[in-house]
Amino acid sequence: MAFFPHLLLATLEGLVTSAVLALTALGLSLVFGVMRIVNVAHGEFFMLGAVLAWAITTTLTGHPAFGFAVALVVSPLIVGAIAWVSERLVLRRVEYNPEATIVATIGLLYIIQQLALTFYGPEARPVAPPFNYRIQLPWFGYSGYKLSIIAASALLLLATWFVLTRTRIGLVMRATQYDRETAQAFGIPVGRVYGAVFALGAMLAAIAAVLIVPIQQAHYLMGLDPLLLSFIVVIIGGLGSLRGTVIAALLIGVSDGIISVFFSPTLAKIIATLIVAMVLVFRPQGLFGTAAK
Amino acid sequence: MIGGEATAKVYALHVAVIALLVALNFVLPEYHHGVLARVLVLAVFAMGYNLLFGYVGLLSLGHAMFFAAGLYGAGLPLYHLGWGVPAAFAGGVSAGLVMSLVIGLLALRTSGVAFMIVTMMFAQVFYLTTLYFGEWTRGDEGLVLQQQARRITLGTATLDLTNPTTRYLLAVALFAAALFATLAIVRSRHGRVLVAIRENEERTRMLGYDTFANKLTAVVISGVICAAAGAAYALLFGYVGSTFASVQYSILPLLWALLGGAATTLGPLIGTLFMYYVIDITSGYTSAYMLVVGAVLILLVLYFRKGVLGTLRERWLRWLP
Repeated sequence: MAFFPHLLLATLEGLVTSAVLALTALGLSLVFGVMRIVNVAHGEFFMLGAVLAWAITTTLTGHPAFGFAVALVVSPLIVGAIAWVSERLVLRRVEYNPEATIVATIGLLYIIQQLALTFYGPEARPVAPPFNYRIQLPWFGYSGYKLSIIAASALLLLATWFVLTRTRIGLVMRATQYDRETAQAFGIPVGRVYGAVFALGAMLAAIAAVLIVPIQQAHYLMGLDPLLLSFIVVIIGGLGSLRGTVIAALLIGVSDGIISVFFSPTLAKIIATLIVAMVLVFRPQGLFGTAAK
Repeated sequence: MIGGEATAKVYALHVAVIALLVALNFVLPEYHHGVLARVLVLAVFAMGYNLLFGYVGLLSLGHAMFFAAGLYGAGLPLYHLGWGVPAAFAGGVSAGLVMSLVIGLLALRTSGVAFMIVTMMFAQVFYLTTLYFGEWTRGDEGLVLQQQARRITLGTATLDLTNPTTRYLLAVALFAAALFATLAIVRSRHGRVLVAIRENEERTRMLGYDTFANKLTAVVISGVICAAAGAAYALLFGYVGSTFASVQYSILPLLWALLGGAATTLGPLIGTLFMYYVIDITSGYTSAYMLVVGAVLILLVLYFRKGVLGTLRERWLRWLP
């Protein structure tokens, strides 16, 4: 294959990564922005979404598209419920103290990982894609499903943007983010908002996982990479900035796709992580955002 | 201020702990003898972590890189270049010194949550590097250091590090050195400044202390102690693998320090010992050890924020360092 088609393929692969990453990172960014806490278990919600998608699609018989559609709805709902319960039972009771929250979510990470290992097992398992349609480009055929991931992610991002900026729910969330105490004084049930935001963040990760699981198998340790990548995206994009998150996800995803076509994946990860750590050290407000409080 | 009587009590307690550990060498059954040697080395790791986390209040999620720097700094030259044990140990400690200095200079530009994320990322870079150079490190599989390489020759006498008694006593020696070093640091002026930084960094700076220099010193001392633990682990137990550089080994010292009591000198030992046996005993019934670790972390944060010794100090033993 010549250089240009090779680059095009790398870019397409990178766009798929970006699409999934943007959703996952947006979940982390929402929680980070509104609640001012770091959810170290975010990657495990991603993993749980993928594992549940496998469980649902293998339980349901019939056309793969049917099982997949059910998984796309039910898996995020279950993950959201689990996140909501853990927020109410644990995080609320440590009063969102930053350090205690980190330790508690590390605990959550271990518990979810172990439950997945015990009930799902150590194997990596594939999920059948809802449809197999290849789009024939002049140089190579490309999976139509992968392109549909990009479309689905773009739709979901638009929907989230709409909810955040144009609806009453979004207004309440932004008010809580801006000033928790004043919001409370104006009768906003801050506690319930926190529970909902935490669940929503986890659900976004779970949706991203369900979308990606037909091309990347479900495994109980799959959560660490999305967690680190989401940290990276949230940092580069700036806290609580939806636009920044999307741009950063595109930047990271596409460059990751291109670098890993031309270099070894481990080296690509080393370089990417190092660059981002340096960004965080020398430009802590991110490339697009304003300084974090 | 700490009175003379309290100082005497503190030293008596620490000497008694070391004496007890030496005495245990002669009475412990073989299995527990081996376990305790391992726990002591890991407790040194937890003590290094605790210096930064407990006393300075800096939550790092990257201390596995300091432990692993010691591990590889000692293990690789011994395995590939045929260095002797003392040189390899020095190599491990120097690796930790250089690494903690560089990481400290970079990561201390951030604070709070950003510090945690930056240290976690640097540690991830180090972990991936150990995998990338798999040709020399053999990655996850790791290197096994041969028995004949793990010997110290002093004139005519040889110390065989694979001998259980030698191994145990060397572990106690390392532990004692780290314990008294920590004790000296936290009771010094520098140690008080560290606690002041934890309580209110802004105010400490206003009082004229160079908080950056103090924090950097703390990171380096913490890194060196962790690297010494890593180097000792490689030499005493003869295994060097990239698992020790993974994020799990950054979380474990946090757990040990929290459980035993953050900002207590003996807490890390209690936390490590307790956790080791909890996992050891529960693994007899279930393989779900991560569940135990997770549950303990959450329960600690919910109900037992100060850990064993922290609670003891709050209730009864006010003089505990």
